[in-house]
Amino acid sequence: MFRAILRAAVMALGLSANAALAETPFIVVQSTTSTQNSGLLDYILPWFEAESGIDVRVVAVGTGQAIRNAVNGDGDVLLVHAKSAEEKFVADGYGVERKDLMYNDFVLVGPKADPAGIRGGADILSALTAIAKAEAPFASRGDDSGTHKAELRHWSAAGADPTGASGSWYRETGSGMGATLNVASGMDAYTLTDRATWLSFGNRGNLEILVEGDPRLFNQYGVILVNPEKHPHVRAASGQRFIDWLTGPDGQEAIASFRLDGQQVFFPNAQ
Amino acid sequence: MQEFSSEFSAAIALILGGDSELWAIVLLSLKVSVFAVLVSALIGMPVGAALAVARFPGRRMLIVLMNALMGFPPVVVGLLVYLMLSRSGPLGVLELLYTPTAMIIAQVVLVTPIVTALTRQVVEMLAEEYSEQLRSLGVSRLASVPVLLWDARLALVTALLAGFGRAIAEVGAVIIVGGNINHVTRVMTTTIALETSKGNLSLALALGAILIGIAVAVNAMVSAVSLRAEQEGLSHA
Repeated sequence: MFRAILRAAVMALGLSANAALAETPFIVVQSTTSTQNSGLLDYILPWFEAESGIDVRVVAVGTGQAIRNAVNGDGDVLLVHAKSAEEKFVADGYGVERKDLMYNDFVLVGPKADPAGIRGGADILSALTAIAKAEAPFASRGDDSGTHKAELRHWSAAGADPTGASGSWYRETGSGMGATLNVASGMDAYTLTDRATWLSFGNRGNLEILVEGDPRLFNQYGVILVNPEKHPHVRAASGQRFIDWLTGPDGQEAIASFRLDGQQVFFPNAQ
Repeated sequence: MQEFSSEFSAAIALILGGDSELWAIVLLSLKVSVFAVLVSALIGMPVGAALAVARFPGRRMLIVLMNALMGFPPVVVGLLVYLMLSRSGPLGVLELLYTPTAMIIAQVVLVTPIVTALTRQVVEMLAEEYSEQLRSLGVSRLASVPVLLWDARLALVTALLAGFGRAIAEVGAVIIVGGNINHVTRVMTTTIALETSKGNLSLALALGAILIGIAVAVNAMVSAVSLRAEQEGLSHA
């Protein structure tokens, strides 16, 4: 009786869970949460997949983790936003060549009550200084992601070191952008976020954009083929085809046509 | 709150309306976890029964270890399996990372200690109960394992259900080794994590409701089967 059930179960499952995997060629792209959570990749990938017949499998993690995974050879293409870390990745021989792909921008969001009084400013450094002075709650990614690296850069340019206040007003979530926005929303904290994730975020609570438009908040994305000389299993031809498409006219046009709330949030700028 | 309840009912409608993408995710969750539990049963039951009847030095230590492993943090298991399956890891050539098979492996590591420890407990009690009979029949301890397992089968179903519960509800390990890739390795728990991070809390909650529904349905099904088996057993006796 029991064995009959087991057998039926195994048969119903098609014996192996891998049977569900299609046999079409694919590449693995290590990317960041902002490109996935905003819906950009879901929007542009079908065009490439239809044209090339190559399935693009996206692993969306923070930039730091994406780069580490790519160093281990667990991906064919890297699509992230932390230029110096990307250049180091290429210089260390893990990537073939870094290409600019597109940019968007960061915005500083915070509670409507705005205890640090920074609303309407266009200077990220003075805004951060005011937050530090007011010791107003600030939620940091704290996860070595591209956004986290950018945030730390701005703190140090502002001449402040908030990490000493870690656990009091400066709160490191160690999580993705969405999870950090949830935390900020829950405790009425300020946080730095990319505009795309912000616009697609559904749980804003009391939060709103307080500071935007500072040229320092510019956020450049790059795309890199993982080096097949370092990792011979890399699907270099398919990966390169994807990069050529992204940085070519079709891909750039697809990126430009993506809208969130009627706004363009990613601006293609491949050379 | 008004907005929340309307969003929530929209999410439920999506689920009941048979949204094909959503059902593919549910199906993949079931495939991965059922397969993982079957593999765990094949490993855990014989090992657990052997631990129950065999006597050797270090046995107590092994039992304590098995019991402790029941509480192994999934995220650590995910990390260990990632390091094994990564292209830079010892099993990298198998190209299993970011596949459903990788998720099955992680769940097997999580579930096997549960099946082993619970089997050991059940079989040990039965073995004590039957010890006179087995001795008089001249059956050696290890040779009695299949008989004991068969007699304990109803209790063992509970052990498998406990394992299934851990497998299907787990997110920390499968998101690391599966990568939460759309249409490939996205399961219910990783979808819930993703929707939560997008701030779509109602959809995430609705998905949680299906997860609970599945757990209840599986338990009810198995309980019906065991009841039936019990009755059959009685009528044959």
